Amino acid sequence: MKCDVCENEASVFLTQIINGQMTTVNLCESCSKAKGVTEETGFGLAEAFLTPSLRSVDSMEVVCNACGFTASQLKKIGRMGCPECYHSFREGLDGLLRNMHKGTRHVGKRPASVGGNAPQLLPRQPTSVVRGETSTPPPPPLPVPVPAQPSDVSKLRADLDLAVKEERYEDAAKLKAEIERLQPKAPSK
Amino acid sequence: MMRFATLIKNPADWMKGAGPHSEIVMTSRVRLARNLRGFPFPGFSQERQRVDLLEQVRPVVEQLPEMRDGYSEDYTDLSKIRKQVLVERHLVSREHAARSSGCAVVVDRKQSISIMINEEDHFRIQGIRPGLNLHSAYELVDRVDTELESGLPFAFDPKLGYLTACPTNLGTGMRASVMLHLPALVLTEQINPVIKAVGKIGLAVRGLYGEGTEALGNLFQISNQHTLGEAEPEIIAQIEKVIEGVVRSEQNARAKLKEDHRTMLQDQVGRAYAILRYAHVLSSKEALNLLSMLRLGADLDLVGNCDRSLIDMMLLEIQPAHLQLNAARELSPDERDSMRAEITRARLQSINGPGSFPTSQSTPGGPPSAPNDE
Repeated sequence: MKCDVCENEASVFLTQIINGQMTTVNLCESCSKAKGVTEETGFGLAEAFLTPSLRSVDSMEVVCNACGFTASQLKKIGRMGCPECYHSFREGLDGLLRNMHKGTRHVGKRPASVGGNAPQLLPRQPTSVVRGETSTPPPPPLPVPVPAQPSDVSKLRADLDLAVKEERYEDAAKLKAEIERLQPKAPSK
Repeated sequence: MMRFATLIKNPADWMKGAGPHSEIVMTSRVRLARNLRGFPFPGFSQERQRVDLLEQVRPVVEQLPEMRDGYSEDYTDLSKIRKQVLVERHLVSREHAARSSGCAVVVDRKQSISIMINEEDHFRIQGIRPGLNLHSAYELVDRVDTELESGLPFAFDPKLGYLTACPTNLGTGMRASVMLHLPALVLTEQINPVIKAVGKIGLAVRGLYGEGTEALGNLFQISNQHTLGEAEPEIIAQIEKVIEGVVRSEQNARAKLKEDHRTMLQDQVGRAYAILRYAHVLSSKEALNLLSMLRLGADLDLVGNCDRSLIDMMLLEIQPAHLQLNAARELSPDERDSMRAEITRARLQSINGPGSFPTSQSTPGGPPSAPNDE
């Protein structure tokens, strides 16, 4: 069997189940070393070398739409960037939580406001928390308002999505900054 | 609001008061991690955002009924030594003290409740009680949390619970921890199996100042690691049950020491007293270990008129930042060691030595020995 990256004979075979689908990556000795296969562990292993074409639609989830936090940052520091990250990085989260906790479902205290409208004390929204721009609607528990967008912003957003899809994170960061500059105020609810 | 000097001058409620099993359980603490919806966590936000958030939420925290006449300070106005004093008093975490701009702490008058703003999470609400009393510590923070949520939109997900920067705190966001003094289990070399057994149930055992610190002075912290999948009262009941078991083991070990190794015990306590009473140079580690022996002696009525709270107060006074605060300047490690000895010499003047053990039949001036020694 040939290596997925170069043409050499593959000797490292990595199988991982992502979103209930089995993905297999075949690598030769040198490519596996170059990709750091032997060092890395954790839930996003195959993520590191799946080419964009092999990725599922969920590759959009790699960056949190609300704060710009990336999956690789999460893997590195083991912490989330913002509350919305729990939605953005929900793939594989259950497995992670199962190892960490007694269960994966909260059974303790709930704010009195849950279900109804949460109190809105804060008049100013932080400028960096950009509303989500996804093909899927934002989840009900963590609503992120989607504002009406001027056309140039929509163009930037499309570019941002593409940059994320193609893993050009530096470009994505620049585009995100540009969007923030053009549209500094998050709409207050 | 209260000034720093006033806060520190008064001993905290948990230092004066006694609670269940106070001879073994020093304190019970519960902390809740909470975050605001729509804001990045402090570790992934710009300084400007942290300052903004602080400016908006600090008045809300200060206006809590519990915080009336309390202490509130922005970290940019707080010296390194003062921050460290707060760490030594368990009012703020080491991690929080290392931060500056955009961070603040609000403490109630009795030093039973402290709220850290922009720690790893936007809010860390802590309650502290003397003895084994996690229930009461939880009631403190639960009430404060409920009051805060009526004015602040906390990040909460119906399935995942309270959303926290680190997934290890997800769900209840609650960490309940108990500080234990276990000298007899250490002396009788039974401490390792106890620690192992506690670890197996999914509880964490740590040293005096939390994660990665040494168990100096035979002080151990036991806390829950799981925060998701169980309700707060369940978690607390489980820890209390485990702690009661550990307390019984320590009590048995103490009884055994008194019964079978009386001479060794008296020797250890006597040496601890003598060094604390007459030394001129004491390292932090040595002083903590000696005070631990003296505390054990006091608990077993081997030290005459020694009040436990006097020893607990000394445990704080001899810590580096408290020494420097007292001296009103920065001290070199050597200066601290001599200042520390000065304090223990002075405090022990009012305590009769273990030589005056009531049932001792020793001749005056002779070495102390117990009647049923042989």
